Amino acid sequence: MTQTAKTQDISSQHYNFAYLDEQTKRMIRRAILKGIAVPGYQVPFAAREMPMPYGWGTGGVQVTAAVIGKQDCLKMIDQGSDDTTNAVALRTFFVKTTGVETTTKTKEASIIQTRHRIPEEALTENQVLVYQVPIPEPLRFLEPRETETRKMHALEEYGLMHVKLYEDIAKYGHIATAYAYPVMVQDRYVMDPSPTPKFDNPKMDQMEALQLFGAGREKRIYAIPPHTKVVSLDFEDHPFEVNQFEEPCAICGAEGAYLDEVILDDHGKRMFVCSDSDFCEDRRAAGHVGHLGTNPLEAEGND
Amino acid sequence: MTSQAASSIFAKAPSPGFTDAVHDAQSVFRAAMNALAQPGTIHQLSELALTPPAPLSASATALVLTLCDYDTPLWLDPDLAANETVRSYIRFHTAAPFAKSAAEATFALASNSENLPAIAGFAAGTPEYPDRSTTIILMVDDMVSGSGVTLKGPGIKNQNLFSAHPLQASFWQQMQANSTLYPLGVDVIFAGNNQLAGLPRSTKITGTEA
Repeated sequence: MTQTAKTQDISSQHYNFAYLDEQTKRMIRRAILKGIAVPGYQVPFAAREMPMPYGWGTGGVQVTAAVIGKQDCLKMIDQGSDDTTNAVALRTFFVKTTGVETTTKTKEASIIQTRHRIPEEALTENQVLVYQVPIPEPLRFLEPRETETRKMHALEEYGLMHVKLYEDIAKYGHIATAYAYPVMVQDRYVMDPSPTPKFDNPKMDQMEALQLFGAGREKRIYAIPPHTKVVSLDFEDHPFEVNQFEEPCAICGAEGAYLDEVILDDHGKRMFVCSDSDFCEDRRAAGHVGHLGTNPLEAEGND
Repeated sequence: MTSQAASSIFAKAPSPGFTDAVHDAQSVFRAAMNALAQPGTIHQLSELALTPPAPLSASATALVLTLCDYDTPLWLDPDLAANETVRSYIRFHTAAPFAKSAAEATFALASNSENLPAIAGFAAGTPEYPDRSTTIILMVDDMVSGSGVTLKGPGIKNQNLFSAHPLQASFWQQMQANSTLYPLGVDVIFAGNNQLAGLPRSTKITGTEA
């Protein structure tokens, strides 16, 4: 018996497959189908209490649990990384409750659940990207009433969002929204891409993979089918721009990837490294080396 | 109990549902999800040992068992509604209430296209809640990807050609009208010979005169 089969055998004695009961899965599956039929529209669903606190990705977990099957290979990332707390905790949860194969390789995964990043590597049509969403309503901080935001979506009344972006320009000279940057889906619904950096917004447009979004506390599911038009909101004279980094990744030398700032010592020394850990590892395995070498702590000038 | 009495009880019992309720439902859902996410492409179901009462097909039954429960009023076409074996099979396995009218159905099950009333009569949702709409499960004999009407929209790279048989003459015109209601409207899942295909409201349909 393989390790996976063994885990599946053990887990099946304690939990229903993927933790949720079948009625809950059916309810979530119906919401996912509606979300796919109306890209960008937030479908209400009866989110359950999960064995983890709100804010840990209960929405994404419920979506993944409704979609995942025995044959799937799951990748779980938190801010691009496979080995940060949230990713490790949720991966363990699914290993325990489903026994499916897991991977850190973007290429090998059939389902990728993510907190706040889209992998650097282009996804394919056989993959599903599941986002953990804290506040699904892009208009919520402009209009607190659900009854009103619903009406605004119904009437396609998005002037307020443009006023918000304009106020950014008036105050700062540019659109200062750097994450959860609002997008227009298929020319109809303004949608919150979850708190991904705006760097990732262009990847959502015409993506080959199906994108599913789950917000557990707010009880909403939404979706973007493959090959769907996703446009970041902007103005003709202030077009949408992605973040630029001044230096390449310190350990793999990648340019054009999203970088995290890492503090190296108590004297303000810092470096920028790829936030996508699998992408960075792949590049290093292929022989790319950044200016701080493969281990920045051993780099010259570090004590 | 005599063996004769026992066998007569079994004769009356509904035929079985999924062999493996959890994983069969999951694989059928994945096929349905991919079908709606990639309109006009055909998705094969894994071999399901379903033996539903005629005229229900295995694929349509699999969808009903996967998606319907006590929360989802199900509309049956007149032929199915008149068939007590079909009704008791669905009632036993899903506990779904039968919708009194098309407009209040969450799901609609049609054993063939001719049995569908006007598609505009099904629930299209409301501007605030476009998800409160009917999903039609339509049984067809076969489906072809690569010829037929032209589909464009979310989930489709350039365009997909698709046809299904048999369909009533006005079906594509009615679905064209349905797509003009976007974001309201109904979604259709075609259930063929162990295959599924999806036609969500977001899909634009042309070339229907061919």
